[in-house]
Amino acid sequence: MSLTKQYPGKPEKVYFFGTCLIDLLYPQAGLAGMQLIRREGVQVIFPQDQTCCGQPAWNAGYREQAEAVVLNQIRCFPEEYPVVVPSGSCAGMLRNQYPELFRDKPEAQQVERFSKRIFELTEFLVHVLKIELKDLGQPTKVALHASCSARREMDVAGEHEALLQQLENVQLVEQVRKAECCGFGGTFAVKHPDISAAMVADKAQAITDTGADQLVSGDCGCLMNITGHMEHQGVGPKGQHIASFLWERTHDPKS
Amino acid sequence: MTQKAEFDQRVKQALDNPQLRRNFRVTMDGLMEKRDKAFPDKAFLEELRTIGANIRANALARQPELLEQLEANCTRNGIQVHWAETIEQANRIVLDIMERHHATRMIKGKSMVSEEMQMNHFLEAKGKSCVESDLGEYIIQLDNEAPSHIIAPAIHKSKQEVARLFKAKHPDIPYSEDIDTLTRSARQILRRKFHDAEIGLSGVNFAVAETGTLCLVENEGNGRLCTTVPPVHIAVTGIEKVVEKLADVPPLLKLLTRSATGQHITTYFNMISSPRKPGERDGPKEVHLVLLDNQRSRIYGDSELFDSLRCIRCGACMNHCPVYTRIGGHAYGPPIPGPIGSVIEPQKFGLENFGVLATASTLCGACGEACPVRIPLPKLLHRLRYEQVREDRTGATIGQGSQRSGKEALIWKLWSWIHATPLVYRSATRLASLFRNRIPNRIGPWSQVRTTPRIAPKSLHQLAREEGFKHE
Repeated sequence: MSLTKQYPGKPEKVYFFGTCLIDLLYPQAGLAGMQLIRREGVQVIFPQDQTCCGQPAWNAGYREQAEAVVLNQIRCFPEEYPVVVPSGSCAGMLRNQYPELFRDKPEAQQVERFSKRIFELTEFLVHVLKIELKDLGQPTKVALHASCSARREMDVAGEHEALLQQLENVQLVEQVRKAECCGFGGTFAVKHPDISAAMVADKAQAITDTGADQLVSGDCGCLMNITGHMEHQGVGPKGQHIASFLWERTHDPKS
Repeated sequence: MTQKAEFDQRVKQALDNPQLRRNFRVTMDGLMEKRDKAFPDKAFLEELRTIGANIRANALARQPELLEQLEANCTRNGIQVHWAETIEQANRIVLDIMERHHATRMIKGKSMVSEEMQMNHFLEAKGKSCVESDLGEYIIQLDNEAPSHIIAPAIHKSKQEVARLFKAKHPDIPYSEDIDTLTRSARQILRRKFHDAEIGLSGVNFAVAETGTLCLVENEGNGRLCTTVPPVHIAVTGIEKVVEKLADVPPLLKLLTRSATGQHITTYFNMISSPRKPGERDGPKEVHLVLLDNQRSRIYGDSELFDSLRCIRCGACMNHCPVYTRIGGHAYGPPIPGPIGSVIEPQKFGLENFGVLATASTLCGACGEACPVRIPLPKLLHRLRYEQVREDRTGATIGQGSQRSGKEALIWKLWSWIHATPLVYRSATRLASLFRNRIPNRIGPWSQVRTTPRIAPKSLHQLAREEGFKHE
């Protein structure tokens, strides 16, 4: 965990950026993220006009097509509240790539101001909300896959771990080559399916070898890739977004 | 065949070869571990990387003036300096030197620039023999192959393959799979070649402008033999290898050897500052320096792509690249493989020929994290993706826009419209949720190794509304 980052105090309200992958495929992960924040006494606003961070087009080289999408997102979060994102990859796009994309454009300043308000979910829970989790679940072994963007671009792999380590009954097990990419890479998996398949096979094997009951990740792209492969092969633990995992283990359904 | 189809074919060949994949996996794991151990103090590593990056950035910022200074100082030292704008010119310069000396036999040290020039093929076509003296290079030359790694060129071969190759090419040598025995055999064969060669050729790791000194890093001693035994030594290098002063060399050398092989120092570090002087007992009578541009000035002209020229050729980016580890160096195509190759080679040889390499990365960032001189490799790969599909062709990259396809551009336009128009997006996701069971569960190559993700019955947009989260 980086010690040089500076974080604001606990705000009254935050915006939540759900990401398109979560919106369509893993909505429970997004909901869990919002519930975790709400439970800490912070009002969560989910702007209905948000769609996608624009990363797919940006990474494919279609910068002009990404721009239009980006400007639509920025419009959705007009107030100065923090914007919390349950994905290292999308958070990296919103925080680091937006200013790149608009570097020499008239909107540069506006975009930079917006980007400074971006927080990845686990970093927000740890550093801003200073959340304390009480584990209500059964003992379990968990393997963590921190996405490359969470690990390198956002530097929040440590925050993922810190949250899981707060859970009394969770044993965190380490896979070999834990920092190696799972082979998703957005359009990479489609453009270079053979290389991607070789990479995900190794990653799935490394995770299966840990004997974990569960795979947890802060990014649904990686989960879709890795658990998709493990399900296809019929081996390996089930995967879950870290927000869903944390919420399920710390939430008493009767309360 | 398109460059993509050719690349896919080479990738498939590599992926289908279990021996090759094992070789790369084991070696790259070993190299990563060695580098990690060579930098036990991570704060020191980061500090050294910053120093290295600054030295290289400074040298590049002042490159034109440093090159002039290098030329003046080399000339003063008695080294003859030649400028080559193109590969053809560089090859011609080497050939001319050989012909002036009526030379037919060249002994070579390791040089990636000579690979870039395809110098061996050029000279061989002119009736000259060029023998590689670096053990790895020698092995692949026997098999008529190109290097698969810039530091360890024959890393794709197992010792059994090398043993069989030696036996086939040198039938008089007894068959052995023992590495020391194989090395000894190669050494014996090469001794005679060193002795007979009229020309020795080497690369350059750092060319020091301040003193006109050519620095050469190596482990086998063959480099020193190439630059001292034959009467004429030719050094070939790209113009970006110039550094300002001698004091810049130690930090760069520290970074280079530790990043490459985890060594604190190499067995040999040669500093060549002149030909043999009167009264000296050894050394070449003539030293030539060939400075190759081959699009480097063009790269130099772009304020972002410029950073690609900072490279010190340590290979750490390939050692840490999950894609390189899977497919190996030959699959890439051009002389320099891996992330830095994917950045530099399309710029040198055109996006229309090698642009596909920029897409063959997950942008995982491992290369940028490993680079000892902090080249922002993912950012540069990203930029090249843009260069090859951009519509307006106002930039300077060769082959700009060459990979833009009408169909793909249309898909992104449609994608952009959907995601920039909230009402359209919401209707589209609602439809997708409604008809989620009608969506085919096989989607191309994705579902060959993965189950297809299922669309959720309710989107997060819907759930958030139902759970009482405010919209604004």
